[in-house]
Amino acid sequence: MTDPRHPSADTASWFLSTARERLAGLLDPGSFTEFLPPTERVQSPHLALFDLPAAFDDGMVVGRGRLGKRAVLVAAQEGQFMGGTFAEVSGAKLVGLLRAARDDAKLPRIVLLLLDSGGVRLQEGNAGELAVAEVMRAIVEARGYGVTVIALVGGRAGAFGGAGLTAATCSRIAISEQGRTGVSGPEVIETNKGVEEFDSQDKALVWSVTGGRNRRLLGGADAYAGDTVAGFRDAVLALIDRAPPFDLATLRAEQRRLADRIERLGACNSAVEMWVALGIAEPQNIRNLDDTAFAEIVKGLRGAAYDAR
Amino acid sequence: MEILKVHHKTRGPAAGTIGSALVGVVASGNLEVMLERTLADTECTVEIATPVRGYDDVWKAVVTDFVERASPGGLRISINDGGARPDTVMLRLLQGVRTMEAGHD
Repeated sequence: MTDPRHPSADTASWFLSTARERLAGLLDPGSFTEFLPPTERVQSPHLALFDLPAAFDDGMVVGRGRLGKRAVLVAAQEGQFMGGTFAEVSGAKLVGLLRAARDDAKLPRIVLLLLDSGGVRLQEGNAGELAVAEVMRAIVEARGYGVTVIALVGGRAGAFGGAGLTAATCSRIAISEQGRTGVSGPEVIETNKGVEEFDSQDKALVWSVTGGRNRRLLGGADAYAGDTVAGFRDAVLALIDRAPPFDLATLRAEQRRLADRIERLGACNSAVEMWVALGIAEPQNIRNLDDTAFAEIVKGLRGAAYDAR
Repeated sequence: MEILKVHHKTRGPAAGTIGSALVGVVASGNLEVMLERTLADTECTVEIATPVRGYDDVWKAVVTDFVERASPGGLRISINDGGARPDTVMLRLLQGVRTMEAGHD
């Protein structure tokens, strides 16, 4: 496949880019080799039953390349196709990549997951749920063999449902202000619990809870990236060598981090209340800060710097 | 799902040496176009998969116009359509041919 990189690739918005544009801009120029490229036509066999169009790559781009001259394996979800969903083919491509990383020590020891997904593709529900389970197991097993798995969250679909679970299984998570992650997405919460519980149309509310800034402040993500290809590249390069070993000590530290968090913030009813409890001087102002000022606030926070996961 | 296959003779080969390219995304009002340089220099095929029925004549008109403008000889073109308008289809086809012209960096 060709390389659609162009001179403005570094400043291109991650949020607005396609999966292929993100990969082309993120990796060293010309270094990307795709596994099962679209010319192989490995498409969903199920969507035609619903009279829905398939995609030649099933919305999942997998392969290998280099980032700052480091060899990496990569997987990128196309959030615009079916909401970047986990399904039979897209899931198998991701599971295959992770299992290869687990089993073959000659492959790169770093896997980057460019998540952009609302979760399981409903038309392939059983296959999609199985795919999520297999992906999470494969990530944990790969980490057990010393592979670092980094999630990049900043796409239009966010990382919800199975993608949120997948992100939480990774060694490290980088997120942008536009990025969102969680298990149940805003529409799902509203549908099940009512609009009084969570108004999915209230963008400020949605982002204050699920958005990148809140996730970074609470320690739900390990790096905050500007919404550009260069921003994510810098964030990932800073994380690559800081991934913790996947051992009992790390898991105990993660348990302590989460127990501490629920003790300190569990009674809060809004994101602003949590930011107050975290000791942030002007909590109302968090969403108005520029990226540099926000990064300064993160530096001074306990909890955001826990070395766990 | 409607499958349409269109075959054209072209004036000459498409420019460039890149073997394949993919442009666009299957999303509402959008489409993906895959181009593969696998045919004889004066042949071009376009295969379209679309969930929107009854627009065969419009697709054929857009493809004929495209072949006339771009002379995409040698290209096997495959489309997964998400309900794109004819002007979007034409822009994606031209973007695909331009991408095939570009050199590796």
